[in-house]
Parts: sequence; structure tokens; C-alpha cells
Amino acid sequence: MSLVRSAVNQVWPRLAAIGGLVLVWALVYRSGYFNADVLPSPAAAWSSLVHNVANGKIPRATQASLVRLLIGFTISVGIGTVFGLLEVASSLFERSFGSLVVGLQSLPSIAWLPLAILWFGLNERAVIFVVVIGSFPAVALATVSGLRQVPLILQRAGRTLGANGWRLYRHVVLPAAVPGYVGGLQQGWAFAWRSLMAGELILGGALGLGQLLNNSRQNLETGTVIATMVVIVLIGIVVDLAVFSTLDHRIRARRGLLAT
Amino acid sequence: MRQARALRVAPVLDVGGPKLSVRGVAKSYRNARGTVISACTDVTFDVTPGEFVCLLGPSGCGKSTCLGLIAGLDRPDLGQILMDGRSVTGPGPDRAMLFQEPALFPWMSVLGNIEFALRMLDVPREDRRDRAMHWLGKVHLSRFASAQPHELSGGMKQRAALARALACDPEILLADEPFAALDAQTREILQNELQRVWAESGKTCVFVTHNVREAAFLADRVLLMSAPPGTVVEDREVSVSRPRQFDDPRLAPVIAEIHGHLVKEVEKVVAREIRG
Repeated sequence: MSLVRSAVNQVWPRLAAIGGLVLVWALVYRSGYFNADVLPSPAAAWSSLVHNVANGKIPRATQASLVRLLIGFTISVGIGTVFGLLEVASSLFERSFGSLVVGLQSLPSIAWLPLAILWFGLNERAVIFVVVIGSFPAVALATVSGLRQVPLILQRAGRTLGANGWRLYRHVVLPAAVPGYVGGLQQGWAFAWRSLMAGELILGGALGLGQLLNNSRQNLETGTVIATMVVIVLIGIVVDLAVFSTLDHRIRARRGLLAT
Repeated sequence: MRQARALRVAPVLDVGGPKLSVRGVAKSYRNARGTVISACTDVTFDVTPGEFVCLLGPSGCGKSTCLGLIAGLDRPDLGQILMDGRSVTGPGPDRAMLFQEPALFPWMSVLGNIEFALRMLDVPREDRRDRAMHWLGKVHLSRFASAQPHELSGGMKQRAALARALACDPEILLADEPFAALDAQTREILQNELQRVWAESGKTCVFVTHNVREAAFLADRVLLMSAPPGTVVEDREVSVSRPRQFDDPRLAPVIAEIHGHLVKEVEKVVAREIRG
């Protein structure tokens, strides 16, 4: 009963906010301030969403983008994790490359695209490069903070039980670092998704949600532009909730770390 | 019960030698402001096999520091720590330890925590479950084997930690104020359980506490440590027969006497604090 009520309490403010946004949109459309070619009505945008899902344009673009994202994110999780482990293992590495990574984060990943195009050409690899460079620092930083937050008492307990060296790492330190690390993956994923959309938007060419946005703008299919934006947001939210928040919640619940 | 214990610990090697020998040990550390603080100095005592020794002292007297050195978690600046005549060089399950916090691994079930200790001892996988269940039974936690540590009460967590330490089959059981954070009733229950389990196991035990009653109830010998930097200033045998009851009238004079000594040491600490 209270579960249902709390679910309802979670959902209705969001629905109300979305409803409010659509209302403002409808009013602006009605006012005639923008030409209907540049700002379609909510209904028109909805019908182009339905249309483009039915004709396969949006599903194909989504698939292409997700494949790129999966490749890029996997690489950046690998690089970021190794990077973070090295930072914890060696203070020299942390002070040198670690500080470089922190600096790198203040450079928007899309600023790498011109170089990436020169290095890899106008292709997949350039976009994936941008995704990796945009998201691996978050994974590296989360690996470091996850490991640094491991309670000393658990390490001491592990050592008195006979876990030392690699066994202490494998059985105590790494599992204890998991909650912080998963939080970092979630952040890394968000950076990866944004970098991918920026990269696809500029790169043009092969089909992806970013390209679909850009092509639709050029063809003045404004309804499709908005429909694609909605899909980008939905994918962002769904992955965040269905994958990372669920994982995070499960891990915390198992360890008794949820605020009650 | 005392007889049974005496039989179990009949020394095989090292006839008559102490189980643990702490010789002139000193340890200092740097505090947050960078000042060097001497935690303990010239600590010397022996523990005979099967003996239950309590290290008692005012807070900050370095009793926990001493225990960390015996555990091998830290190295002494000076002096030597010998177990069965061999120098202690690092931590190990032969000196399993109870901490003030239960220090259970939150990603493992209660059973998993015990099995982990056995795994670190290279006990074959197929034997781990039975042996872990055996130790959980000893501390009356069989029903909670599959629970996660956070689902247990404070007292149950410490019992699980005790089961985990005992599963290591340690030469010496070390305990660093394991019951200090529990409420008075739970503490008494656990003290009783520890007395029972210890008597059955015949283990040597070094137990750190600032609680005089606890020390007198549990210990064969109470070592009183001085105001910091701590050193052993009193060595009081508690010859009350076991199993003991909390209200045993023979414990009262022991408690009163040790309490008197402890108060003097605490007064020194307070006087020093007042003088700044």
C-alpha cells in the first residue's frame, strides 16, 4: 500500500513537470511567434515521433548510436579502471598522469573532435575516440575515490584473517570499493552519452541519433528533430535508471547502506 | 571445566615457555598536527599457554596500540614480540582479532564471512560450509547464517565476528574492546559467551578493555597500564574459579582493588590535561 503510494508520489511531480513543459510549448506555438516550420505543435512532433519509429528511422539510428556507445564506454571503463588502479598503486603516477586527467576534465570532449578527425578521418573511430576521452576520466576518478574510501578497519580485519598482498586486494579492497566505483560508472556513462551525441552531431554522415538530428534540421523536419531529442533523453534516463540506479540500489541494499 | 582446559592446552613443544612474550616494546606515532606522541613504552609481559590476560588502562594509554603490535598490524619502534619463541613479523590468522567494530565484510552473508576466514586458511571448499556452520552454532547464530551483517543487532554482529575469529583456530585470540559499544545487558551476555567459548577452546587470549568489571570477570590475569605513555604497572592474578558469575562475591574485592589502581592512573591523565 505504502509502496504504491510512494511510487505515485515519485511519479506525479515528474508527469506534472512534463505536462507543464508541453503546455508552455503549445502556448508558444499558438502565439505564432515562431513559424510552424521551425516550431511544430506538440501534436505534430508526436506524430513525427510515431512516424519515424514506424518507418524504422529512429530505431536504426538508436541502434547505431548504442553500438558506438557500447564500444566507446567499454574501452573507457577499461582504460579508466586501469588508470585509477595505477593512481592508487603509485603516488608518482597520481601526481603526474592523475593530475593531467583532472585537467583533461575541464576540456569538453568535443574539443578533441577536430584532432580526432585529422587522426582517424571522418568515421566511427573519431567519434569513439571522443566518447572515450570524454568518459574515461570519470571512471578513473571514481576508481580512485572508491578505493580510497575503503574502511581501514576492513583491511585490518582482512589482514588478521590472513589476507595479504593480492589476496587482500582481490577479496577485501576491491569488493569494498564497488559502491563508489559503480557511482563512477554511472557518471562515466552520462559523459559518454553526451560526448557521443556531440560527436555524431558534428561528424554527420553515417546513421546515428546525432546525425538524425542534424539531417532533420537540414531538411527542415523540425518534428523529427524534437522527436529525436525526446528519444535521446529517454535513452539517457532509461539506461540510468534501469542499469545504474538499479545496480547501485541493489549493492547498497545488500550492504545496508541505504538511508532508511 | 578448568581441568578440561588444562588437558587441551598441555604443551606439546616449547615445554614451559610462554605462549606470548612482549619484551620492552615501545611505539610512538605522529598525530594530525605532526607532533610525535609516545603511545606506549617499555611494555614487558608474558602470557602462558591457555591464559586469559586483560590489558586494562585509562584511555590513550596505548593498550590498543600494544594489541595492534601483537597482531602484527603495526611494527614496534623498540623491543620484541615473540609467539612460541618466534618473532612476530606481520598479521596472521594464528592471532585472529576482534575489533571494537565487528568489521564484518558487508558484501558477504554472515556464513560467507566465516567461510572467508576458512578460505584464507586454504580449507577446501567442500569443508568450509560445515566448519563455518559449526562455529556459528557455537555463538548461537545458526539461524542467521544467510543474513547480511547489517541485518544483525550489534551483539549478534560481534558474535559473528567471534565465530569468524575462532574459525581461524588461532594460537592466540586478540580482542580490542570488542564489547565496548554494546549496551550493558548485551555486553554481559557476550562476556558470558566468550568465557564459555574460550574455556571450551583452550585458546590463549589477550583482551584489551577499560572496564574493570569486564577485566576481573574474564581474566586469569589483569595487567594494568599506566597513564600515557603506557607501560605495565600492575600485574594482578584473578584466581576466582570458573565458570564465573557476575555476582560472585569473590570478584568484588578484586574489582575494588584494580579499580583503586586504575583511578590513580586516570587521575594522572586528568591532572595532566588540566595543567595543559
